[in-house]
Amino acid sequence: MKPTLTRLLAALVLTAAALPALAEQVVVYSARNEQLIKPLFDAYTRDTGVQIKFITDKEGPLMARLQAEGRNTPADVLLTVDAGNLWQAAQQGLLRPIRSKTLEANVPAHLRDPDNEWFGLSVRARTLVYNTQKVKPAELSTYEDLASPKWKGRLCLRTSKKVYNQSLVAMMIKEYGEDKTEAMVRGWVANLATSPFPDDTKAMEAVAAGQCDVTLVNTYYFGRLMEKNPALPLAIFWPNQGLKSQAAGVHVNISGAGVTRHAKNPAGAQKLIEWLSSDKAQNLFADVNLEYPVNPKVAPDKTVAAWGSFRQNLINVKEAGSLQAKAVKLMDRAGYK
Amino acid sequence: MLIALAVAVLVMVPVVVTFSSFAQVEGDILPHLAKFVLPELVGNTLWLVLGVGIGVSVLGVSLAWLTAMCEFPGRRVFDWALLLPLALPAYVTAFVAIGLLDFTGPLQTWLRESWRITGLPEIRSRGGVILVMSLALYPYVYLIARNAFATQGAIALEAAQSLGLSRTRGFFRVALPMARPWIAAGLMLALMETLADFGTMAIFNYDTFTTAIYKAWYSLFSLPAAAQLASILILFVLVTVVFEQRSRTQMRYGAVGRSAASRRISLSPALAGLAFAYAGAVLAIAFLIPVAQLALWTREVVATDLDTRYWSFTWHSVLLAGIGALMVVAVALLLAYAGRQRPGSAMLWTQRLATLGYAFPGAVLAVGLFIPVAALDNWLIDTGHAWFGFDGTEILKGTLLVMLLAYLVRFLAVGFGPIDSGLHRITRNIDEAAKNLGTGTGALLARVHLPMLRASLLTAGALAFVDIMKEMPITLMTRPFGWDTLAVRVFEMTSEGEWERAALPSLAIVIAGIIPVILLTWRGAHSHG
Repeated sequence: MKPTLTRLLAALVLTAAALPALAEQVVVYSARNEQLIKPLFDAYTRDTGVQIKFITDKEGPLMARLQAEGRNTPADVLLTVDAGNLWQAAQQGLLRPIRSKTLEANVPAHLRDPDNEWFGLSVRARTLVYNTQKVKPAELSTYEDLASPKWKGRLCLRTSKKVYNQSLVAMMIKEYGEDKTEAMVRGWVANLATSPFPDDTKAMEAVAAGQCDVTLVNTYYFGRLMEKNPALPLAIFWPNQGLKSQAAGVHVNISGAGVTRHAKNPAGAQKLIEWLSSDKAQNLFADVNLEYPVNPKVAPDKTVAAWGSFRQNLINVKEAGSLQAKAVKLMDRAGYK
Repeated sequence: MLIALAVAVLVMVPVVVTFSSFAQVEGDILPHLAKFVLPELVGNTLWLVLGVGIGVSVLGVSLAWLTAMCEFPGRRVFDWALLLPLALPAYVTAFVAIGLLDFTGPLQTWLRESWRITGLPEIRSRGGVILVMSLALYPYVYLIARNAFATQGAIALEAAQSLGLSRTRGFFRVALPMARPWIAAGLMLALMETLADFGTMAIFNYDTFTTAIYKAWYSLFSLPAAAQLASILILFVLVTVVFEQRSRTQMRYGAVGRSAASRRISLSPALAGLAFAYAGAVLAIAFLIPVAQLALWTREVVATDLDTRYWSFTWHSVLLAGIGALMVVAVALLLAYAGRQRPGSAMLWTQRLATLGYAFPGAVLAVGLFIPVAALDNWLIDTGHAWFGFDGTEILKGTLLVMLLAYLVRFLAVGFGPIDSGLHRITRNIDEAAKNLGTGTGALLARVHLPMLRASLLTAGALAFVDIMKEMPITLMTRPFGWDTLAVRVFEMTSEGEWERAALPSLAIVIAGIIPVILLTWRGAHSHG
């Protein structure tokens, strides 16, 4: 009781930052969950002795927070999911460019900011998952094909409010232009078997139960669901593999990080991000959530590798950010809820 | 009076910040929303308000009448147990309901596979949202209406019967109209929470005004557009509050009546059985089944997820909710008391504006408070740096003060409602009598009013406590480093769709939230003699 009361008083009266820092410390604002990042930070502290303080929240509030704190922000690193959010943070002037040979070597060019303000740290593939009892893989081909009438009443989708779908549509706008993309999204909506689901897992469960035949999900949700229930009649299909246009390849997105504009310890922040992209940390970063390492030299987790290899779409993921507002409006017009 | 004004000003800070968004013009976002999004969701929102309004009124009033006025098997247990859904966040009820009742859920799967029955009504629909929100929020009406019935219902009914009205007509023509202002107070709380809700709507993918606010912010990255939409929502609520309060001017401030317990209506065996079945069904659907499902999910993850940190999460939750609830009760009492000492339209508007925080979508309120606090902090830090060589990044931001103030702004309405109506029921004759005996204002409050208000204060404190326990966006945005709570754990799990893992912290919230419900029961037992 007593120590806690003392701590409470300390928190009320003093501020942690006003106390002299004993060890080097890096402060992280993270939209990636605590259970996914804490093991990494613990490992970093063990390796380097650098203390990491972090706070989690949604991207929107974290960015508003950085904005409001301005030059007096305690944060050194912004860690978030989806390139759209990172692009937005850079756009709002919340990040600073860093020059790092390590990051340039570890992170493929299309998975980091051309202006070096943010860097991908894990890859998330958004792909097709189908019911193996009702669909033959040969029937599947591309994201665009899901708009064709043959899928009428057979498609399930997650809500358009999730940034993953917004990024996917944004990338399609980059590939096909707005008009063609809108026609495709309208086609998806026309093919829906039921109203959109709040998350990927629910959409896959509907596919497994036969409410619909195919859906669009991030692979780690598939991994998680199958781990719990291996008997489900579900399988992954990698779309857009044979295409020659710039639409070729599976759509990928990242979780990633950047150094904040007003970082108090920019050098420490950069070192942390570099470490996160290294062989040592990449498996810990990606595997804990069944994602793909961003560093091509690092092999994915066994479960993940078993889904097979695929061609990635090579358009820079920043387009997910620059075209996100367009994509959201397009989906509103197309009636995708 | 001055203190009340100071409080109102403080509470107004996020309102002003939000409304100041109109200074910024936001290109094409609002026209886009107005054309493609708003028409449907304004309809959605109105249906929701109407449906939930009817739902919570019917459930809350009927159950309150049964437990306060009638005698039937299990009545003593239902009396407090029917409050339990308060401890369960609405989004949890929603997730469980969809999990059980959707196409992929056990019920439909069983019907389909064993009986080839299909075509059940869709749970992910307008009706489903209304049902879930009504079940989650009826306790606000139940709690306040029950107090009204318990203290004046019997008198009302006696009066009606002496005029030759049947019991049923007595209920509809006398007891119900007399309790209307209190029912309205509970109803307003339920509807404000409905309007500001984001979590439940997201699970149902049901678009309301509040989901559009978040869309403008999180998807179209325009905080100003979000704030402008929020301003419209808040204005709408304010207008509704004014209308609701007009209805209260007809309130009859009867003195707190004598115990109703001795004069309970004894129901015929058939009716008593029906009452039992009805109350039991509501309790089961709104609380027991969701909690059982949570317990099942918790069992799957408890071995891996439950660690010693949960002590600190729980301690933080209870501590913050405890201090927050005390602050809410103290300030609400002050505000209500100022209204009694200096009634008038200026005071009425002060009260209205001060209690608007409850209608805000949580994250908008959080950012509306955080922006000025950060600005003040920046000024303090710069001054501190120039004068004392202060070298840090946080003075106010890193403390619990901001968090507690934010809770106060958000939940003042929850405390104010019960206390204000409680205070109105103490007749002025009592004040006069006390003054004639030479009692000063302070002593009047301490020795006369506070003891009479005990029930209202406890109600206010308990409501604020469970609401703060469940609160997410403010906690996320304003917590100092290391101050994670149970609600923060729920966020960590649900943000990547791991609902089953979120069962553990959700269940912990429910268990901790039961404490104040037990307090209310204990209070109930006393006041019912």
